[in-house]
Amino acid sequence: MDSNEDGATRRDFLYLTAGAMGAVAVGTAAVPIIDSMNPAADTLALATTEVDLSSVQPGQTITVVWQGKPVFIRRRSPDTIAQIRAEDWHSFRDPQSDQDRVQKGHDEWLVLVGVCTHLGCIPKGSKPMEPKGEWGGWFCPCHGSTYDQSGRIRKGPAPHNLKVPDYAFKSNTLIVIGEKPKSAPKAA
Amino acid sequence: MKRLLCVFAVALLVTSGAVYAAKPAPKAPAKPAATATTMPSKGEKSAESTANPPPPAKPAPEGNCPAATEETAIPKIVNWPDRGVFGHYDMASVQRGFQVYREVCSNCHSLKFLSYRDLQQLGYTPDQVKAVAASVTVQDGPNDEGQMFDRPGRPSDHFKSPFPNEKAARAANNGALPPDMSLLVKAREGGEDYIYAILNGYEQAPSCVSMFPGMNWNKYFPPHQIAMPKPLNDGQVSFSDNSPNDLSHEAANVAQFLAWASEPHMEQRKEMGIKVLLFMFVFIGIMAAAKCKIWEDVR
Amino acid sequence: MSRPANPEKFSNPCIQWIDERLPIFTMLIKEYRVFPMPKNANYLWSFGGIAMTMLILMIVTGVFMAMNYDPNTHGAFESVERTMRDVNYGWLLRYAHMNGASFFFIAVYIHVFRGLYYGSYKTPRELLWIIGVIILLLMMATAFMGYALPWSQMSGWGTTVITSLFGAFPLVGDGLVTWLWGGFAVDNPTLNRFFALHFLLPFVILGVVFVHVWALHQTGSNNPTGVEPKTPKDTVPFHPYFSTKDSFALVVFLTLFLAMIFFAPLALTEADHFKQFDPMQTPDHIVPEWYFLPFYAILRSFTLDISIPFTNIILLPAKLQGVVAMFGSIILLMFLPWIDASPVKSARYRPIYRVMVFLLVIAMFALGYAGSQKPEGLPVRIGQLGTAYYFAHWIILWFISRNGFMGVIPKEQTLPVPASISDDPCCKH
Repeated sequence: MDSNEDGATRRDFLYLTAGAMGAVAVGTAAVPIIDSMNPAADTLALATTEVDLSSVQPGQTITVVWQGKPVFIRRRSPDTIAQIRAEDWHSFRDPQSDQDRVQKGHDEWLVLVGVCTHLGCIPKGSKPMEPKGEWGGWFCPCHGSTYDQSGRIRKGPAPHNLKVPDYAFKSNTLIVIGEKPKSAPKAA
Repeated sequence: MKRLLCVFAVALLVTSGAVYAAKPAPKAPAKPAATATTMPSKGEKSAESTANPPPPAKPAPEGNCPAATEETAIPKIVNWPDRGVFGHYDMASVQRGFQVYREVCSNCHSLKFLSYRDLQQLGYTPDQVKAVAASVTVQDGPNDEGQMFDRPGRPSDHFKSPFPNEKAARAANNGALPPDMSLLVKAREGGEDYIYAILNGYEQAPSCVSMFPGMNWNKYFPPHQIAMPKPLNDGQVSFSDNSPNDLSHEAANVAQFLAWASEPHMEQRKEMGIKVLLFMFVFIGIMAAAKCKIWEDVR
Repeated sequence: MSRPANPEKFSNPCIQWIDERLPIFTMLIKEYRVFPMPKNANYLWSFGGIAMTMLILMIVTGVFMAMNYDPNTHGAFESVERTMRDVNYGWLLRYAHMNGASFFFIAVYIHVFRGLYYGSYKTPRELLWIIGVIILLLMMATAFMGYALPWSQMSGWGTTVITSLFGAFPLVGDGLVTWLWGGFAVDNPTLNRFFALHFLLPFVILGVVFVHVWALHQTGSNNPTGVEPKTPKDTVPFHPYFSTKDSFALVVFLTLFLAMIFFAPLALTEADHFKQFDPMQTPDHIVPEWYFLPFYAILRSFTLDISIPFTNIILLPAKLQGVVAMFGSIILLMFLPWIDASPVKSARYRPIYRVMVFLLVIAMFALGYAGSQKPEGLPVRIGQLGTAYYFAHWIILWFISRNGFMGVIPKEQTLPVPASISDDPCCKH
């Protein structure tokens, strides 16, 4: 074989290998640097919030802070529940039954992450004087998304229902938000 | 080709030399083999994984009276398992050390930069960690009524400090401040050896020395008179794994625990370092070859 | 729309399109591909690029650490500990940044030594050299302010001691120190401004480095013979020759750096750096970081007040002498192109100067040792000896490179210089 050509091949090989290793080195070095911006261990450890529900009256909504976001907890009256469960939810934008959005045996408690699924504003409707929208749920002032008393999107630009966080009942009046429920979570 | 090999060999030598020089000096003082004991690795069974350091030799201070400024060198008695490039913590020993901290040290010394959740790294289960955290009462609040309230500790809480503030700590300790222990091993010359030496360094003050009120004589404490009374004694802590609990074992275990507390990521760091350096050695070789190949036509 | 003035240079139409509007690719090719490098430049010439890499590494690790830092006396120490313990790979960022400062200085000190030894400060590179000294000063200021940020015992007391130096200046001294502190002691305002400046200055350094490289590419690199390239035979294009050579040196240097980060991250750190700052209690022994030790030793070498004989009137207090000497020792370097009048650049052909440079290196190490010791006894004497040589060096250099001095200092005899790089008998390639 021509020694010159052989030399050129080896040169190319060394070039490519060196370049590839340099790229791998820079890429690997970027991983810890980028990962340092993810939530730190202490932030992750604060992932649960305990809420005492004993003082919440039927029809009342409280707002608590969980992972830096508002969580709406509404105690719904039996009438309201009956009313919203009578509706045909299959035609909704994000079809979901009310039973799927609460925990079995605790149907009166609706727990929602209070962040509009459109662009992250906080919908109004938790305080007595605030507009609740035509379905008596929540109304987002930013772009007019309207949610019903199950937190489902009924009108406006939001693509999804208000998110239901993980939460578990410790007792009938104490929930831990951020903790996965122990038994079968959803109502049938 | 010769030149290439030569460059590569030099690069390798330089780097490995640096790694060798960079590793913490392996504490291997001249000492009889019989007394040189190694804390066994955590891989071994816990019954055997017992620090077995000999008690430090009893000093004979008679004759010459040690001046207060005269420092006694910190002896290197225990072969700490976390030293060296491949060193790692003996987690069984760290667990025992945590027990010593919890039962003895924590009465005066805070550990404020650690959280209870960190204990999971020692091999405790989440439920055990919860139980440890719940054993303390922390103040939280204000609640909806604006009142502060007490609740059991949670894993996400930082270790509860024994005193609410520095002034309270000083008031309870005769004016002396028990230092926080989160970084103690890094914040003292000698690290674990220093902790071990201090705990074993209490003895009768030489009769020629006049002691300040409330002070105790410690051979290894730099000015010899230390405010902390002898904290640990033979058999004071009964380890759950029934490992020896004479003073020197208790001291070695708590020193190992505090080393972990100061540098909890040490094992991850060294593990990563070995991989990174192996990669770099190959990289050096390739770069040396590329450099020589490209320069061979420069005459 | 064709532009005859700018013919097609690139086969890739995208690159051609950009280059016609912003000739960045033309510039890159000119400066980093065909740029002629003296072919005999040795590995000491790699340290400029290595230092530049370290600067970028420091900026990257620093910016990401700043995302987790709390510039407040109550939270600073704790936030650094949180970075070490809870932030993902925070320990790696901090150890890389801590030791990165040391390795940055190692690279820069070798780079400066290279310049001193091979006469890289001489015509036509005087301005290049002066810009380099400015970079060194900026680096020192940045490193000093960064050391304050963890708010440890070493941070707080190091800051107190060094800022107090400015109190040595007559009349304005006390006001200057109060102004630096933003208060009557090193406290929260001091920490806030140090954080702001420590964040800003690296980018200033980056800008000055750009100017430094610009000036370098105007004059071209020096080389071990100190003879400027005369024919194309004397040079090789930067790429691929020096790009691979510098990369090889960089990889070796980074391997040493990584070995330090992963296996001995605390080897250059004092135990007092892990105690929270206590403004009521000074540690027994304050030492600056190793890269400041020689200058710290110069500062402490002045122990006698100069007064009018037989009176108590002090003309020049020891403190002021030390401060002036310490800052002067670096400022002096800026005048080096005019202190040294020798027409020969490289120490290779200047036997006396060569010995002097090595003596200077020894003096720096001796000063470094003296600076690390308690200021009493022998180390003080060693420091004074080192200081004496440091300043004598430039005076001797002034005279040997001219006509000598009254028979005490001889005129320098130089060896014959090769006619061109290719004629260099010692290093024929």
